[in-house]
Amino acid sequence: MIPAAFDYEVAESVEHALALLAADPDARVLAGGHSLVPALKLRIARPSKLVDIGRLSDLAYVRDAGSQLAIGALTRHAAVHDDPLLQEHCPIVSTTAGQVGDPQVRHRGTIGGSLAHGDPASDLPTVMLALDAAFVIVGSGGERTVGAGDFFTGVFRTAVGPGELLIEIRVPKLGDATGWSYLKYHRRAQDWATVGVAALVQHENGTAASASVALTNMGGTPLRASAVEAAIAAGSSVAEAAAHAADGTEPSSDTAASAEFRAHLARVLTERALTEALA
Amino acid sequence: MRKGGRFLRPVDLTVNGVRYELELEPRDLLVHVLREQLSLTGTNVGCDTSSCGACTVLLDGQSVKSCTILGVQADGTTITTIEGLATNGELHPVQQAFHDHHALQCGYCTPGMVLAAVSLIENGEARDRAAIRAGLEGNLCRCTGYHNIIEAIADVTGSTS
Amino acid sequence: MSATETWGIGAPLKRKEDDPLLRGRGTYVDNLDLPGTVVMVVVRSPYAHARIMSIDLAAAKAAEGVVAVFTGADLRDDWKAAMPCAWPVTEDMKNPEHFPLAASEANYQGDGVAVVIADTRAHAVDAAELVDVDYEVLDAAVDVAIAAQDGGALVHEELGTNVSYVWPLETGTFDAAADVIVKHTYYQPPLIPNAIEPRGVVARPEPGGDVTLWSSTQVPHLLRLLAAATLGMSETKLRVIAPDVGGGFGSKLDVYAEELLAIAIARRLGSPVKWIEERSENAVSTIHGRDFVTTLELAATKDGKITSLRANVIASMGAYLQLVTPGIPLLGAWIYAGPYAIPNYSVTFTGVFTNTTPTDAYRGAGRPEATYVLERTMDLLAKELGMDRLELRRRNFITEFPATIASGLTIDSGDYHASLDRLLEHLGLEQLEAEQRARRDSGDVKQIGIGFSTYNEMCGLAPSRILGAIRYAAGGWESATIRCLPTGTFQVVTGTSPHGQGHETAWSQIVAEQLGCDPSEVEVLHGDTSISPYGLDTYGSRSLPVGGAALWSAGEKIIEKARQIVAHQLEVSADDLEYAAGTFTVKGSPDKEMTVKGAAWSAFAAHNLPDGMEPNLEATATYDPPNFSWPGGAHAAVVEVDTGTGDARLIRYVAIDDVGTVVNPLIVDGQVHGGITQGIATALYEEAIYDEDGNLANGTMAMYLMPSAAELPSYQLDRTESKATDHPFGAKGVGETGTIAAAPAVINAVIDALAHLGVTDIQMPATPERVWRAIEEAKQ
Repeated sequence: MIPAAFDYEVAESVEHALALLAADPDARVLAGGHSLVPALKLRIARPSKLVDIGRLSDLAYVRDAGSQLAIGALTRHAAVHDDPLLQEHCPIVSTTAGQVGDPQVRHRGTIGGSLAHGDPASDLPTVMLALDAAFVIVGSGGERTVGAGDFFTGVFRTAVGPGELLIEIRVPKLGDATGWSYLKYHRRAQDWATVGVAALVQHENGTAASASVALTNMGGTPLRASAVEAAIAAGSSVAEAAAHAADGTEPSSDTAASAEFRAHLARVLTERALTEALA
Repeated sequence: MRKGGRFLRPVDLTVNGVRYELELEPRDLLVHVLREQLSLTGTNVGCDTSSCGACTVLLDGQSVKSCTILGVQADGTTITTIEGLATNGELHPVQQAFHDHHALQCGYCTPGMVLAAVSLIENGEARDRAAIRAGLEGNLCRCTGYHNIIEAIADVTGSTS
Repeated sequence: MSATETWGIGAPLKRKEDDPLLRGRGTYVDNLDLPGTVVMVVVRSPYAHARIMSIDLAAAKAAEGVVAVFTGADLRDDWKAAMPCAWPVTEDMKNPEHFPLAASEANYQGDGVAVVIADTRAHAVDAAELVDVDYEVLDAAVDVAIAAQDGGALVHEELGTNVSYVWPLETGTFDAAADVIVKHTYYQPPLIPNAIEPRGVVARPEPGGDVTLWSSTQVPHLLRLLAAATLGMSETKLRVIAPDVGGGFGSKLDVYAEELLAIAIARRLGSPVKWIEERSENAVSTIHGRDFVTTLELAATKDGKITSLRANVIASMGAYLQLVTPGIPLLGAWIYAGPYAIPNYSVTFTGVFTNTTPTDAYRGAGRPEATYVLERTMDLLAKELGMDRLELRRRNFITEFPATIASGLTIDSGDYHASLDRLLEHLGLEQLEAEQRARRDSGDVKQIGIGFSTYNEMCGLAPSRILGAIRYAAGGWESATIRCLPTGTFQVVTGTSPHGQGHETAWSQIVAEQLGCDPSEVEVLHGDTSISPYGLDTYGSRSLPVGGAALWSAGEKIIEKARQIVAHQLEVSADDLEYAAGTFTVKGSPDKEMTVKGAAWSAFAAHNLPDGMEPNLEATATYDPPNFSWPGGAHAAVVEVDTGTGDARLIRYVAIDDVGTVVNPLIVDGQVHGGITQGIATALYEEAIYDEDGNLANGTMAMYLMPSAAELPSYQLDRTESKATDHPFGAKGVGETGTIAAAPAVINAVIDALAHLGVTDIQMPATPERVWRAIEEAKQ
């Protein structure tokens, strides 16, 4: 559990961080460290240098941005969980942040670090995909905003390129007509999701007019359950729609579950999440 | 103490009320700094995947797994380890409750379990036994089956359910 | 209230051990920081089966901080004997010799092939990466049932077979013409014991070629004996210290390669050598438990009287025979009929090598494997007979004691009906069944099931004569010394080696009860062969049944000598003295009295002792138990099964145990809580999963699912008590009962929850996927 040796610099500002990253292509960004340090300990990750952005405290915030809420990338999971703005306007994010890892992880891990890590078994990416959140990325060429649909590009890969930083995530304020649910199945509370489902449903007279549904750990990235969304839009019942949850997915098989069982779990959890979101 | 090292960085830590000025390798994990450089061996290592929680300490008052934090990341923070929990020799109420309820056997998970519980209680998240169980999801014990650990913490918080 | 009423046998005394552990002042091996220590890291085979073609150490030797690097070949002459196996269960048992480092062939993933010694742990880890081993990968034997048929790869080519031994115990013929026969095959996967403290050692060379070894071990005495033999040292040259040990559960009942390596290398280098196991390393380098395929048959009359039992057990040894590997299945051999009177009995064990981590003792060791298949099959038989599952059990309970059972041993005491009666008092079975019916009727996605396990077990290892008869190399006695100090305090030296069980507290209570003092006046010394040179350590629920009896025997000797001193001083006949709770009184003259403490001072002062009496008040007793210890009881599990996700979760657990006399109910309850939890974990969560090449697929704590508090409920415990008649104060073992009883209760509950859907079988652990598949298959 001893990492291979690496150099280390504390970034004093975003610009400083970018300069440090530009100077060393094998450097990696360190935020809370709760995705990266475990990988360092097992020597799965062997960076030449860590650029520690953990002291950029002005990147830890949740702000009202009109129709959206802006979440600073260095906001810790526990702070996301406890944030009153999120609890009022986008509770799927605050609630899900309270389910990441365990209390110790939530006290240190950051939302930006978790999202930029791109772990397909991670909860918050799925929620962001269902919300169609926007990701603000800065690099030497300036700032750009990437939609959630384009953000998660592969297993442990995101749109945050070499030499770039994720600095903010913007999520929509959900109105009263939007029901929500994030359900995951995992054996132990501290485990990653075997499968997870985020569902946002637009209520109309007690039924679902439309839904946004995303899946955790059903592929190399979080996935939109498009067939489910289409079925809901076409007026299918929740049960009928949920039967399509695994359509087009290629989940992996591992010691937690086979691909076939993951597909089953996706269907079961999607039906439950849609039902809960409608309730 | 340190025998040389690469990429050394100065780090200031306040541990159990004592300020230390250290030189750390960036790869030094906080738990190893506490154990090997400060000789605070009460903080134990039980796994290498941030799973067991034996290494839990309080960092600026919040429970953290000291195996998942680099020593350099802790620069400028205030840390409480199990050695710093008692006051003037008097056991902290959580320590006392663990004794009263036979909530430890081999004792190896105990420092981490106690500090996780202290944080849980101080954050108001130990409302009842179900919440206490949920809040200890990051700490593993192989001896006690958790039953008496839950009883001990519920006793401290006065939880009846 | 006298001291003994408050703190003697039966009192819930809070533990003496707790204070330093609560303050972070434990003495675990990794806390030891001796000057000049160098750190050892073991380079392990990444393959389950591979020929070692060459090892290039040049880069590792040149790395920063490296002191030395050794291969198996380099150290071959350090070993005067192969790694010890103390239990050759048959005359013709195959036991391929193996050494602390493999030199020519690695036989499991994790087999050590080289060691790196460096000034710091970081440097040793860095350099270990640079050891360049050229392997020729061989086919691996992984599945124990296939390996037993020699159907694929051979683990040890030179043996010509994977079968190490076949060991039968047959005391009757199976009644193949019985009214009803049930037969079922069960797989019990390998388990990783996972004491939260990984193993660790420090070996310090001493002047004159002596070595002091600190090890996270359950068995300092066995370790000293066998390590000295393996290294060709005089036993007197090796001191073994078991400091605070962070749990064992059988996994630290062994002589491990790293202990021997540390001693050998400390002697070579003249420096203290430290090795601390990492958790993911522990998953492959510390023994596993279980890995049994068992076929059990029960034959019964149509009114539910079981007439015969036949078991065929295929047990994985893993790659090599460790200290007691081949004997583990045998520890269950006599209890496949459990608490039931079954006249015809036949069991056969086949020990089989596989290219997996060696197996050995894990909590229960052979008995959970027996109880699991029996209690599962009792439910199957009840179903076949159309009989209530508890009624079937009651009709077959042994009721008269002492009971000589078909397997040949004698159970001294028990009352299985009483335990089951008490269980039902607590359980509220009718309400649970009503709830179950309601959920079934409404088609609730969450179903509940109730499962039972009525069990007994044999522990308290063990009568030496029996051990000899079954070819175990050592005895099963235990030793204790009580030394009455002049100030009226008591020093106890025990041969048991606690690692969480609370012997310091419990032994103090026994002395307090017997010699009339406060437990705080008793000092208990253990775990250091220089202080306690004679003992057989802690495993197999033996410490109280054997070590506690030795302590009691030593106390009796103290009382007898004190009686002589008191009689002399009070100028009465020894026969005129009555003794109770530490005080002698003269019959008919109750004002004339003297305490054991007073006798201790008199012995120390030695001014006025009987002629020829040695001036001390101390005694040593070595106790060889006349019988095993026979606890028993009745457990019930209530599970809720989510038929959508397949998630099976325990919602209640009620355990009634009969462990005879209880010395400390806090400690006994703690043992039961922990034991039950490991049984529940076996039933629902844990399994070492190997792929077909013998790679351990879930060898981290992130992937091997040890449950946390969040997955478990609190438990309801109660006890019935039938005192052990073969024990001086009636105590029985309790360390393993929970683990033995729990797994079948939980699996029976899962099956019960799904019985209305047609589910009759689920393999352990009952993962959500297995539950889901069982439901799907039942629909077919």
